[in-house]
Amino acid sequence: MKIITLLKRVPDTEARILINQEGTGIREDGLKYVINPYDEYAIEEGLKVREKVGGDSKVTVVTMGPEEATELIRTALAMGADDAVHIVDPLLENAGPFTSAAVLAKVIEEEGFDIIFCGKQAIDDDMAQVQTILAEMLDIPQVNVATEFELSDDGKKAVLSRRIEGGDEKYETALPAIISCEKGLNEPRYASLPGIMKAKKKEIRKKTLADLGFETKPQGGRAEIVRWLPLPKSGECKIVEAEELQDAVKELVRLLREESKVL
Amino acid sequence: MNYPLSEEERIIQKTARDFATKDLAPVAEAANKEGTFPDEVYTKLGELGFMGITVPEEYGGVGLNNFSLVLVLEEISRVCASTAVTMSVHNSLTNWAIKTYGSEDLKKRYLPRLATAEILGAYALTEPSAGSDVSSVRMSAVKKGNEYILNGTKIFISTGNKAGAVIVFARTTPDDRKHGLSAFVVEPDFPGFSVGKIEKKMGLKASTTVELVFEDCRVPEENLLGEEGAGMKIALAGLDGGRIGIAAQSVGIAQAAMDEAVKFSRERIQFNKRIIDFQSTRWKIADMATAIEAARLLIYRVAKLRDEGQPCSKEASMAKLFASRTANRTAYDALQIHGGVGYTEEFLIERLYRDARVTEIYEGTSEIQRLVISKRVIEEYEKSMPE
Repeated sequence: MKIITLLKRVPDTEARILINQEGTGIREDGLKYVINPYDEYAIEEGLKVREKVGGDSKVTVVTMGPEEATELIRTALAMGADDAVHIVDPLLENAGPFTSAAVLAKVIEEEGFDIIFCGKQAIDDDMAQVQTILAEMLDIPQVNVATEFELSDDGKKAVLSRRIEGGDEKYETALPAIISCEKGLNEPRYASLPGIMKAKKKEIRKKTLADLGFETKPQGGRAEIVRWLPLPKSGECKIVEAEELQDAVKELVRLLREESKVL
Repeated sequence: MNYPLSEEERIIQKTARDFATKDLAPVAEAANKEGTFPDEVYTKLGELGFMGITVPEEYGGVGLNNFSLVLVLEEISRVCASTAVTMSVHNSLTNWAIKTYGSEDLKKRYLPRLATAEILGAYALTEPSAGSDVSSVRMSAVKKGNEYILNGTKIFISTGNKAGAVIVFARTTPDDRKHGLSAFVVEPDFPGFSVGKIEKKMGLKASTTVELVFEDCRVPEENLLGEEGAGMKIALAGLDGGRIGIAAQSVGIAQAAMDEAVKFSRERIQFNKRIIDFQSTRWKIADMATAIEAARLLIYRVAKLRDEGQPCSKEASMAKLFASRTANRTAYDALQIHGGVGYTEEFLIERLYRDARVTEIYEGTSEIQRLVISKRVIEEYEKSMPE
């Protein structure tokens, strides 16, 4: 069984994000990057499926991202993935969901696949679109935000759960399909030291747009990011003080009415 | 912190950090409060390869180097210095001694189980009358048939009551102080082995430190480590690795103490100001950060030297001396920044302050480190003098 897992390099969940001066992106200096946390569930699920099916099953990590993403791909290989494809091309900087999906679809078709696992969203721009566009392009079913996954014994279909308000939704899907993974699906394993040693010998195939047969950046999305803006600064906190509580309340009401005009 | 770490080293560091913060931290808090030994942690550390870092792959280890070991020890120590010392003794002393001096039979029998943490390692050198003064070891080992009979007492043995393999130093020739010492691999179920007093320590409460009593303890002759009389050589060679390990533990404690001080002082308001905005706090933090950075670089350098097989006793002592001093000074200042609450069990700094203290004592006191360093400096000077 050929399992594809998608991995995106994103700023650390705890990092403080600042917009650059031109409003064209974020400031990357000093920023720490990690594997998109939801993609870790995808990798883990891929590894579990491989372990269940056995034989010559294989987990291939596919990443589109800058050169520096190699370290994170290597981490996924150390977790146990078999090999990886890394698409690096300066033209793909700040690529939108349509472009990303078109490039990934090309790679996935070339690689062949029985199942694709990805995170339910990337925690950088939170768009959660690539998986859906990808399903459309590959013409396969998708189940999003999965919290349970069970492959049938013959490997032809899968039963899934999605946690919704007040309960679970059960799905059954034919394979191949694309599954986006939610927290709770599994507990991602660590890159163990033996895993790290093994990962050194595993192959990461680097590809450019030209290698994939694209003459230029694939476009087709109808929406476009025009500008990035920082959050408005939060206002000053004013503490109303008075000898008597009643006077303080009066003053507070006056301020709310006359200054901030919320009453 | 952008050290010139390789991609592989950064991934190792990240695994150690993630494990420490996600899996170890909750267990460590309870174990340190209650003074219990978290057995289950070592099983997990074994699965991750952290209990056999420098053990060759053919013996079930990872086959990595001392540099990787110090990266891991620092990260573990930031969260639990007790776990770090148990790991350091296991990796830098027990595994190392068997790997370096053990016969093929000993390596095959012990290393695979040590590397996976199926059993833990201990290292029994210290006696009431002998510590850094190795040549004063009194414990005796008398050959009788195909066994050695061990008699004597060892004290302050980390993990001594939890270990499945204890490296024990004993005297095979009573009157030869230098060449009369031998080392053995002893299992707790060998007849005549027993655990004595369990120390109640000021810190490192999630590790154990015990007395080991040997009464006609029968050790098969195959469990002699190296040759008869090699004990002194093994003990002295082991010092460097042990000291590097404790230096790494110290820098982990110092880093954790500084992190706590920064976190606390950003939140604590006095006189309408965060206390981190007072210059007195800032200066403390600047001094902590500088010392930690310097200590870390000393450790990285000596670990590299040891990996290259170069002599590094002076450098190991320097790293141990400076890092342990840094751990104590940083913990002291960080507690000072906390004020009264820092003196309560509610805050992590209280544990860090207690845990830091022993780093200037075990694996050679600061005074011993200064002896080693000054001796080397004088030797180097004399060597460089014209005839």
